[in-house]
Amino acid sequence: MKSCVLMTHVPDTASVIKVAGSATRIEEADIKWIVSPYDEYALEEAIRLKEAKTGSVTVLTFGPERAQQGLRECLARGADAAVHVKGGDALFGDSLAIAKVLAPAIRKTGPFDIVLAGVKGVGSDNALVGAMVAELLGLPHVSSVVKLEVGETGVTAQREIEGGAEVVEAPLPCLITAQKGLNEPRYPSLKGIMASKKVAIQSFAVADLGLDEAALAGPDATCRWTGLSLPPAKSGGVILKGEEDPAGAARELARLLREQAKAI
Amino acid sequence: MACILVFIEQRNGSIRKASLEALSEARRLASGAGWSVCAVVAGHGVAAKAAELGAWGAGRAYVAEEERFARYSSEGYAAVVRAAAEKCAPVAVFMAATALGRDLSGRVAARLGWGCFADVTKLAVDGGTVKAIRPVYSGKALASVDGAGKPVVVTLRPNVFPAESAGGAAEVEPLPVVPAEIRAVVKEILAKEGGELDVAEADVIVTGGRGIKGPENFALIRDLAKVLGAAVGASRAVVDAGWIEHSHQVGQTGKVVSPSLYIACGVSGAIQHLAGMSSSKVIVAINKDPEAPIFKVADYGIVGDLFQVVPALTEEVRKLKAEA
Repeated sequence: MKSCVLMTHVPDTASVIKVAGSATRIEEADIKWIVSPYDEYALEEAIRLKEAKTGSVTVLTFGPERAQQGLRECLARGADAAVHVKGGDALFGDSLAIAKVLAPAIRKTGPFDIVLAGVKGVGSDNALVGAMVAELLGLPHVSSVVKLEVGETGVTAQREIEGGAEVVEAPLPCLITAQKGLNEPRYPSLKGIMASKKVAIQSFAVADLGLDEAALAGPDATCRWTGLSLPPAKSGGVILKGEEDPAGAARELARLLREQAKAI
Repeated sequence: MACILVFIEQRNGSIRKASLEALSEARRLASGAGWSVCAVVAGHGVAAKAAELGAWGAGRAYVAEEERFARYSSEGYAAVVRAAAEKCAPVAVFMAATALGRDLSGRVAARLGWGCFADVTKLAVDGGTVKAIRPVYSGKALASVDGAGKPVVVTLRPNVFPAESAGGAAEVEPLPVVPAEIRAVVKEILAKEGGELDVAEADVIVTGGRGIKGPENFALIRDLAKVLGAAVGASRAVVDAGWIEHSHQVGQTGKVVSPSLYIACGVSGAIQHLAGMSSSKVIVAINKDPEAPIFKVADYGIVGDLFQVVPALTEEVRKLKAEA
């Protein structure tokens, strides 16, 4: 079973977000970068598949230099090979432009039996790239997967929906996006960290795929961030003391919610 | 005349409320811009419902009526949306940012070669195109997005845009059989026990955090949720501790929500949690620590022991509801 895991390197979820001078991007100065948490579930699932069925795991990212750190981390956890398509800063937030780069990169480094990705990259929060890559590669996909069984010719996946799950069957090759709950990702082992340092990361440029990043960001752009702002800060909440008379505080809160906030 | 095409989602033949919200917003934008609104629905036994979409803003409703469309498939539904888009040449395709919409939108956008604005909370028409504002970094920031002058697919966050009925009937037009290769097939739908309301769709959410001390105490949260008709939410800490399933998690690695009323019980307010709920209209915090960050985003709060305050609040709400 040859699998490909799509990884994106994102600001740590504990980051305080500030707007950069350009007013269309975040200020990156104090940001710690991590493997997007949902990609960790995708990677873990691919490693488990390899352990159960033999095969290999290739992790692929499209991002700036620093994304190599994320690739190293994935190698340390158990990926066998890593591919770095360099660039992407100008395409941030434009999922279709990113998918147009990822699809040929997967083709170039494949073929793969299964492609896995996180359901979304935390940050741009689009949750689109997986389905778009599947469409561009002509593959079926199942998104937001919380349970996965992989057979010889196809998969059975449980996909999270409101109030339950859909059980979906799809033939291989296919693309899966991982939701939290799919598995419990492992930490890198010391042995894994040492071994990962010896792996050569294959890297190439967008131009090597026959694409022009400037055109994708310019005339061919499909979604542009034209502004970025912080939500208005809240203040002046009515905070009641409930230590001594919890029932009284609850009564007052219920009254305020009904009469003032008109929320109940 | 330019038009907005709205994909209408049905489950078991019933039209989802979030789709009517998307349709209503399309009408508001279209009436300002002098555009028309078309709807498209795929399913089996849904044709009768299609005319009703006129009340919510659709002048025309395309219906792809086939047994294999009874259940969702991204490939089948994408073929339906494309067939409708070829008929009416829309400037935008709208759909609700539900589990289905967020899955379908990517495939439809890639198939049409269009961009997609995901999970938007505000829309406007400017210069003949649709522009949007959408929460990013799980709501820590708001991005203004445009489609560089090209048509776009837009998913609209549920519970943000009001659904407004104004009467009227849509002209129903059957979409001829759409050839579509369907490889990923839904075999079964597993409903959660008790048919609990999902946090992503709920208008009121009551959330339990680490302060509830153990999984058994979710009973207190459920009791309050029940009298309010609310969904039960959870912080990451209690999901990671295995006290409740991930589908309840609100925050950066859970669901980002915007209900009318959000009641956080025993939730300290980690930055990842605040990101996921701070766009709620009214926020209530109940916590024994007056310094808990959750109070900084709260409109109302009680500093106190949730084991006393929450049951008392449940009782007070019950009384108010009984009076009404």
